[in-house]
Amino acid sequence: MITSQPDSTGHFGPYGGRFVPEVLMAPLEELEQAYRAATADPPFQAELTDLLTHYAGRPTPLYYARRLSETLGGAKIYLKREDLLHTGAHKINNCLGQALLARRMGKKRIIAETGAGQHGVATATVCALFGLECVVYMGEEDMRRQRLNVFRMRLLGATVVSVSNGSRTLKDAISEAMRDWVTNVHSTHYLLGSALGAHPYPQMVRDFHRVIGEETRAEVLKREGRLPDSLFACVGGGSNAIGMFHAFIGDENVKLIGIEAGGRSLQLGEHAARFAGGAPGVLHGAKSYLLQDADGQAALTHSVSAGLDYVLIGPEHAWLHDRGRAEYTSCSDADALAAAKKLARTEGIIPALESAHAVHEAIRRAPTEPGKLYVVNLSGRGDKDTDIYRENFPELDAAGV
Amino acid sequence: MQPTRIQKLFEFVRQKNRSALIAYVTAGDPSPDRTPEIVASLVRGGVDLIELGVPFSDPIADGPVIQRAAARALQAGTTVPKVLDMARAIRKNSETPLLLFTYLNPVLRYGLDKLARDAQAAGIDGCLLTDVSVEEAEPYVAAMRAASLDTVFLAAPTSTDRRLKLVAQYSTGFVYLVSRTGVTGEQAALSESLAPLIDKMRVATKLPLAAGFGISTPEQAGVVAKIADGVVVGSAIVRQIEKDPGGLESLARSLAERMKK
Ligand SMILES: Cc1ncc(COP(=O)(O)O)c(C=O)c1O
Repeated sequence: MITSQPDSTGHFGPYGGRFVPEVLMAPLEELEQAYRAATADPPFQAELTDLLTHYAGRPTPLYYARRLSETLGGAKIYLKREDLLHTGAHKINNCLGQALLARRMGKKRIIAETGAGQHGVATATVCALFGLECVVYMGEEDMRRQRLNVFRMRLLGATVVSVSNGSRTLKDAISEAMRDWVTNVHSTHYLLGSALGAHPYPQMVRDFHRVIGEETRAEVLKREGRLPDSLFACVGGGSNAIGMFHAFIGDENVKLIGIEAGGRSLQLGEHAARFAGGAPGVLHGAKSYLLQDADGQAALTHSVSAGLDYVLIGPEHAWLHDRGRAEYTSCSDADALAAAKKLARTEGIIPALESAHAVHEAIRRAPTEPGKLYVVNLSGRGDKDTDIYRENFPELDAAGV
Repeated sequence: MQPTRIQKLFEFVRQKNRSALIAYVTAGDPSPDRTPEIVASLVRGGVDLIELGVPFSDPIADGPVIQRAAARALQAGTTVPKVLDMARAIRKNSETPLLLFTYLNPVLRYGLDKLARDAQAAGIDGCLLTDVSVEEAEPYVAAMRAASLDTVFLAAPTSTDRRLKLVAQYSTGFVYLVSRTGVTGEQAALSESLAPLIDKMRVATKLPLAAGFGISTPEQAGVVAKIADGVVVGSAIVRQIEKDPGGLESLARSLAERMKK
């Protein structure tokens, strides 16, 4: 059976590892030990489960999207409704886990990066819940396009620090968060928001999201009496996708399909599809597929969706890709927007722009695969993207004036 | 094996009973053609070893001053091959040891073995990659050894005794002690973590120990020179380059005067 676990030094095959300045090495060792101890500690697990259930709203529904499926006339499409979780996206799963861990480690200050603002909001939320100081780094460009989430973080008591370096998006926010962590590592836990970074983050973040796939697997077996044929998930850093995929990795007949941001075009600088133009490289603590220029400088990226607009893919995805266990494709800005509208109008569900990328790929394949069973991970809801939808559907905005 | 220029330097300053003055510059800042002249003025002012920084798009261990320098250098078209050209130009009339100082990805992209060979041929003496932990160092160290280049690793105030031993094992030439937990940048006061770190590292190794991160004034350099074998000044030099490269020689001289034990 195919499995996917990092080795003892945090490598997924040739990917992952621990590429950070020495200052962070001992703290990462400490984090790894604390994480292992917490994993084996029933009271920790019980508290996490209780919070996931009563605070975040797990299990999330597995919803049969009947109208969408019937309109397409092919595969039967289920949606895993992570968008219904507290704070509006899957991100809360990981934030609750890491906040409990930070508390256990005696860290009173939490820092995080955010792209779409969903991870920032989820982090600000758990910090409010546990009475922890919270500082969120966010690119200036992302603050502009996800204004609502900036306000939500502040309302929750977090400090949002704008980052004006580089592309002024997620990559630069992570760099700035890492600089903070290097400086304040004694007092501070870095609550990284995706399956990225140095070991143990990719494994730990994945494990906190594994519940997505575990619930899906049990529920689909109960409802359909069989496993799904294909799973769809968008891939920014890769947390919602790996959370959905992981429980199915040994089920070789289940296709795992990751969707990256195809942006405006597949020319370097116009997208964030790491498998469509990236090469193995090292950034932010791990080795994986990286969008970079001929001199090894990280490339600029673009996506209409801030949460997918990042240069490096989580290392476990690189490993699944190279082994052929998962397949990866990309979806353009325009197709994601169209898919969001379609889902809104057939199912009454406005997805996050990130999730709309996954919805698009399911819509594209469904007509050619009648009888197949799909599950799309609807990683987040679209409230945060209202401004972007308004900009892109001006005809709807003008109608009311 | 022949001692490298770096190894010879530390032996030389030991005999002179002083510390080595090490200057960091971002290669290609403000432009590739200026770097050889900038290095020459530092050497005239008394700098013993140059850390030649290859700019990287995402310098996570650097504070604002060096971040800005990296951005200027990249803007000016600095690449690994151009940094090697600069090294060749410097080597034409100088025997000052040169340590390549950067992040892993530009080196990985260029190719580890090719970089080691080409750097050696260009007159570079060693390399320090900020984001390569000893755990990830095997292929890199092997490539550098094959070209007789020194590999310098960082030790930090957070390093455990076990890690200090590993850092010492993987380092040749000298060990670079990060004087405080933080990114590069000038500090008003010297960190209190440095002296205990030096003491612990002396137990782990006989290699020379250089200290850096946050050392910017001649007074601070003088204090560190008493306890370390090398004193690294980075941001203060890069800031001078930003302001007026004409002042570099006298800045270097004011630091060099404080290297006595
Ligand atoms: C709703 C939603 N989905 C997906 C992502 C992408 O992250 P990941 O790939 O880690 O799931 C984000 C990130 O902000 C998000 O907000």
